[in-house]
Amino acid sequence: MSYFEFISQYGERILSGTLITIILTIIAAALAVSIALIAGLMRLSPNRFVRSVAAVYVEIFRGTSLLVQLYWIFFVLPLFGFTLEKFTAGFIAVGLNLGAYGSELVRGAILSVARGQWEAALALNMSGVQRMRRIILPQALLIMLPPWGNLMIELLKSTALVALIAVADLTFQAKQINSSTFLSAQSFGTALIIYYVVARFLITPSMRWLERFMARKMGEA
Amino acid sequence: MTDETHASFPLRLEGANVPMVSFRKVTKRYGSLVVLDSLDLDVAEGEMVTIIGPSGSGKTTVLRTLMTLDSINDGVIYVDGEPLTHMSDGTKLVPANQRHLRKMRSKIGMCFQHFHLFPHMTALENCMEGPVNVLGLSKKEARERSEELLRMVGMADKRDQHPSRLSGGQQQRVAIARALAMRPKVMLFDEVTSALDPEVIGEVTGVIKKLVSEHNLTMLMVTHQMGFARQISDRVSFFYKGRIEEQGTPDELFGDPKKERTQQFLSAVREAV
Repeated sequence: MSYFEFISQYGERILSGTLITIILTIIAAALAVSIALIAGLMRLSPNRFVRSVAAVYVEIFRGTSLLVQLYWIFFVLPLFGFTLEKFTAGFIAVGLNLGAYGSELVRGAILSVARGQWEAALALNMSGVQRMRRIILPQALLIMLPPWGNLMIELLKSTALVALIAVADLTFQAKQINSSTFLSAQSFGTALIIYYVVARFLITPSMRWLERFMARKMGEA
Repeated sequence: MTDETHASFPLRLEGANVPMVSFRKVTKRYGSLVVLDSLDLDVAEGEMVTIIGPSGSGKTTVLRTLMTLDSINDGVIYVDGEPLTHMSDGTKLVPANQRHLRKMRSKIGMCFQHFHLFPHMTALENCMEGPVNVLGLSKKEARERSEELLRMVGMADKRDQHPSRLSGGQQQRVAIARALAMRPKVMLFDEVTSALDPEVIGEVTGVIKKLVSEHNLTMLMVTHQMGFARQISDRVSFFYKGRIEEQGTPDELFGDPKKERTQQFLSAVREAV
């Protein structure tokens, strides 16, 4: 079977898998960003209990395997009465895992905003929340955008694991096609290229655009 | 601070001629290093006091504790008659809560050596930030107030520029407008010309001179510009090891310093120039 025949026969399934992968990536990324922001801010809280909760979250999700976390959320939580649909379990696992890494980016970026900015905001008598929201976070955002770009590519690639709980993503489709046709090079080769194309031509340009957009808002462009 | 020391301080300063700023036996320590050593300092309403002294003498700490950027270990600071980092619980002074701190901070404005303008906002937005978000002014009112102040500091034509597009002297003038937009009673200038190129120092000192001559603001300034201090101050305080070693009118202090340390410092400064 030529590659052209392979694509015309299985293209539709590969496309639907790609779509699932992209949707999963977007939802997991939204979750990761939100939870990274919350956990990152919690880790800077003056309250020790709040700090500890965030630290435990980061330790667990950064310190253990994403695959095992996925299995826990999908296979073990039902034993405690929390049954999640497989797609949901997939984006929650990926989102929580990458969110743990992201929270460190948030924390680091906030800490690297010049101390003088805090002081100037305090001298204007701004409240703690106002200082963070209006002065510090916008500047931290610009600092953390480049490493977030890396993390987003990492996140896309991590979504491949959801194939193991039978979410019909790109990897799952490639595996299925492979096991019925034994055309391993074509199935996995196509998947490989699609992951690369999505990362290189969708995620990276969007992040660059966001960086430029933010830099313009800072008057730097 | 112990309860006995609390008890010896009035809950508020009353009567005629209450100083706008009053340090009463204020001590500030960093670990074992004493930065302010039982400091007493009064500044009258409308007075311009310049603090000079060798590095590490506690000059900047006076301003930082007044702005509540640094805490104090002992003593009480009064601003406009009211304790700054303390409040009355009816019978004695206790550490201030956030609400009291914010009320007191509204009386004070500060300009920094390195300006600290908000880089993600234009000059105008920098000035409007406090009035809109802290004072609750409408955008229109805040804009009018800010534009007027930017005109006053000669920065009206650069109001839509971000700080990264402005020179040091321009940034500092915007920073002065930003602080004034909050209508403070006390303005603090912390070495505002130290980070500037020599040729633009004049544009910043010019603005401060204008403030002194046209407004009844109470001002405290830390500076190394002795000529400038001599020109505009009502009083100059020479700090040494966290205390006032000597103070007086500019002519007294610069023209006829009494203490040996003051003489040494001034002659060392003159040699450097």
